[in-house]
Amino acid sequence: MGLKQNLHNFRQKNKDKKWLPAFSAIHTFLFLPNETTHNGTHIKAADDLKRTMNTVIMAMVPCLIFGMFNAGYQHHLAFGEITQATGGFFSSEFWTMDNFLVGFWKVIPLVIVSYVVGLAIEILFAIKNSHEVEEGYLVTGMLVPLIVPIDTPLWMLAVAVAFGVVIGKEVFGGTGMNILNPALTIRAFLFFAYPTWMSGDKVWVHGADPRVQDIAAGATPDVISGETILGSLAQNKGVGYEIMDMFYGLIPGSVGETSTLLILLGGLFLIFAKIGSWRIMLSSVLGALVMGLIFNGVVDAGWIGESSKFHGLMSTTFWHHLLIGGFAFGTVFMATDPVTASQTNKGKWIYGFLIGFISIMIRVFNPAYPEGVMLAILLMNVFAPTIDHYVVQGNVKKRMKRVKAKVA
Amino acid sequence: MGKDSRLILDPLTDDNPITIQVLGICSALAITAQLKASLVMAISVIFVLGIGNVVISLMRNIIPSKIRIIVQLTVVAALVIIVDQVLKAFSYQLSKELGAFIGLIITNCIIMGRFEAFALGNGPWRSFLDGIGNALGYGVILIIVGFFRELLGSGTLFGFPVLGDPIAKTGLYSTGYENNGFMLLAPMALIVVGIIIWVQRSRNKALIED
Repeated sequence: MGLKQNLHNFRQKNKDKKWLPAFSAIHTFLFLPNETTHNGTHIKAADDLKRTMNTVIMAMVPCLIFGMFNAGYQHHLAFGEITQATGGFFSSEFWTMDNFLVGFWKVIPLVIVSYVVGLAIEILFAIKNSHEVEEGYLVTGMLVPLIVPIDTPLWMLAVAVAFGVVIGKEVFGGTGMNILNPALTIRAFLFFAYPTWMSGDKVWVHGADPRVQDIAAGATPDVISGETILGSLAQNKGVGYEIMDMFYGLIPGSVGETSTLLILLGGLFLIFAKIGSWRIMLSSVLGALVMGLIFNGVVDAGWIGESSKFHGLMSTTFWHHLLIGGFAFGTVFMATDPVTASQTNKGKWIYGFLIGFISIMIRVFNPAYPEGVMLAILLMNVFAPTIDHYVVQGNVKKRMKRVKAKVA
Repeated sequence: MGKDSRLILDPLTDDNPITIQVLGICSALAITAQLKASLVMAISVIFVLGIGNVVISLMRNIIPSKIRIIVQLTVVAALVIIVDQVLKAFSYQLSKELGAFIGLIITNCIIMGRFEAFALGNGPWRSFLDGIGNALGYGVILIIVGFFRELLGSGTLFGFPVLGDPIAKTGLYSTGYENNGFMLLAPMALIVVGIIIWVQRSRNKALIED
């Protein structure tokens, strides 16, 4: 009688207990349950839901660690304590322990709050509806700290997570039934509920807000600029960052979305592991490029003057859009969410393309909310079932014609 | 009497016009950002629906059925104009805040719905009770939604700051609490109404339909 059998017996013995789902959740997370089939012919696959989720989390870990370094780096940079790292991604000024620790102590509380609140709600609903706790929150809980500004107050995050998990997921019936991506629902809630904490030039760098107040009070003759690239472009201001810095991610932004390089690696890993859909990733990049080219064309044709409030973002070279803002992160980790995306292959192309297309459109035409990826993905989440419906119906029609032709 | 009292009590609970019949949602989303506006709207609808039901009920045997919708519209329009003028005369500020929504009471589905479904087939007294009951059911939801939206969205109730001053950071705001701007937007009203429906149906499983 090993530990595995003991745990299995324990579960069998307490079958009707109210708290069993909570126990099972931890049990199946740590051990392979003793409930697999033992006879007959079955299709065997190594990927269960937990394995899938863990793979996505593994793809996000580099972004998380980079986010910690970057948070510290931006913090020290803004306070004038260090100079800009010259060597880009590989410079030793960036990968210092000091940078890491500042970021670590800011990011870890976000991760903990996200998981504790989210899982508590999941377990609560599982016990109430007496079904097993589903693994859906594993990925959401990791996504959430990566897509919020570093200084987001923890209570706000807790409120938003509670809202996102209950309204975004549980009311529809839990994991696998949700229409909207829960992580984006949480982000959207924060965005509309507490806009001063989610946009502007003070939230992206740790400690910037109290610092600005110090400066206003005349503390030191120093300025601080924590504006994101999208933010300054929306105000028709120039960008002070090198293209390679944008690619490597040494720029202010939400915790985990700045490094396009690491997101690209994560995306390739997801494609390699056959978890993320390459169709969605590729088509949304195409969509963004097409929209970017259209806007560049409009500027080149002289239809939009320097004075227009859209000029800054419209004249951005089309492929730079892929590097700035949360576009790369949203495309790789959120648009590909298998629950809320289109299911058919043709549908995935349409779905992805429109996400890219609409993201850049919102970015340009709504300077108040320059980050359009969140809204674009949420919008397309709503339309995904419709797209699938028409793709399937189109296929049915095509086949019916074939049948009729044969009969005739 | 038991039957008559149900005319008032049913719409408050198991036959609520908003949460069960899902009527009158439009105004419930639009004007509930402030508790005061919700209350005025509720009172206006109680007046219009109570009187309107009686008038339609009195005329029910002489209205030709082909033009009954037009007659109903005329009655409700007349009553709404009275409400609008009274508001303009005695509470101009509030009337400006509510704007077109007082006028739009005419298109509130609850009113035409009760005229059609009840007043055309019942006597004046019962119609009166039915009108008051349904308008009360509508008003109760409006006030609940308005209460949460104003409290969480602006930190006030009827305009009085109950949570402290958000700018001077007193009261609850000194702990870092902030108003939830999402509460002031219409989508959040829809979600609040949805939560009320959720709570009501999980308390009374008989209301759940497939």
